[in-house]
Amino acid sequence: MEKGNGCCFSSVCSAAILSSVSFVVILIFVRVLHVIYRSGRPLSKRASKPVSTLIILGSGGHTAEMLNLLAVLQKDRFNPRFYIAAATDNMSLQKAMLLENSLASESGTDVANTAQFMKIYRSREVGQSYITSVWTTLIAIVHALWLMIKIRPEVILCNGPGTCIPLCIIAFIFKVLGIRWSSIFYVESIARVKRLSLSGLLLYKLWMADQIFVQWPQLQRQYPRATYVGRLM
Amino acid sequence: MGDGEGGDKTRRVVFVTVGTTSFDALVRAMDSENVKKELLAKGYTNLLIQMGRGSFVPTKSEREGSLAVDYFTFSSSIADHLRSASLVISHAGSGSIFETLRLRKPLIVVVNEDLMDNHQSELADELAKRKHLYCASPHTLHQTISDMDLNSLLPYAPGDATPVASHINRFLGFPDD
Repeated sequence: MEKGNGCCFSSVCSAAILSSVSFVVILIFVRVLHVIYRSGRPLSKRASKPVSTLIILGSGGHTAEMLNLLAVLQKDRFNPRFYIAAATDNMSLQKAMLLENSLASESGTDVANTAQFMKIYRSREVGQSYITSVWTTLIAIVHALWLMIKIRPEVILCNGPGTCIPLCIIAFIFKVLGIRWSSIFYVESIARVKRLSLSGLLLYKLWMADQIFVQWPQLQRQYPRATYVGRLM
Repeated sequence: MGDGEGGDKTRRVVFVTVGTTSFDALVRAMDSENVKKELLAKGYTNLLIQMGRGSFVPTKSEREGSLAVDYFTFSSSIADHLRSASLVISHAGSGSIFETLRLRKPLIVVVNEDLMDNHQSELADELAKRKHLYCASPHTLHQTISDMDLNSLLPYAPGDATPVASHINRFLGFPDD
């Protein structure tokens, strides 16, 4: 009899655990679906205040494209600006500083008030194998988490390569948890004519970016949720 | 498409750039006799190679009646070299490609077939299809030089980031200005 009671108790207990776990899982699932549903849609209320903006610089050609976009963005709306580049990339932050310094001297303000520059461990170097990139991606995620807790941007602008992925994943989790709602804009590199890059494909397939811009019309036809409104270069 | 502006009219420089990494196959191709022969036949007088981190060192030459060859590893003034060139032969990186096209210089892009993730040929192929440049591999470079007709190349109209910026603004609920 006792044995039977214990058995009965433990099965009640495990049923309770099972149902509460599945309740939490369903809750998270519904929340994720809700975030995905809202993400692709324009923000409903009119923006009146400036938005804190995180700009993730890729390298070489990626940075050149991003700076072309920044050149035409309204600096009073996208303010303050946080720049992040890979730790191995020395050129990108310098170029961004050059831009910010000339903006600051034009308006007579201090760069420190409008822009900050940070480095991050990169998840995957150009040419690195996909297997070792699993480990380096983990390290990059921890560092990215630290930076994102500090910045909590309202807008994220990125254009690959892998540097932006950990940051975008964390931003998405922040959205799910209600920590911060950030609109994620990803611009696929102009070098991608026929297929999305690995970063672009991840963000597209996981519905993680609010908007994905591509720079060739034939690419947009292949990925209908992407937007084509011309080239940056 | 213009030749090298200013300076000595008889000097026609071919500038080769491999970018920030290495591309020995391209430097080796530039060093080969059949490529140099074709360049000379096309009326070029100088060959300047930016060889990056590559280990293959081309042979310098200043002989009379042949192509004058010189090289360096890196330079902060790539733009100046591009500007003074009559023909640019470049790796397939988008930075070099668009910088050269903006300067309206005739361009041959050589695709590195050794790269693991070789998406770079996508851009070069597309721009070659639109007749903004020629596309080659290290093995076919001499053929491309001999067959090319620079007058048939079309100038590249630079892109405009404004539509992307307006799209982002509208998405965030900022009023159009």
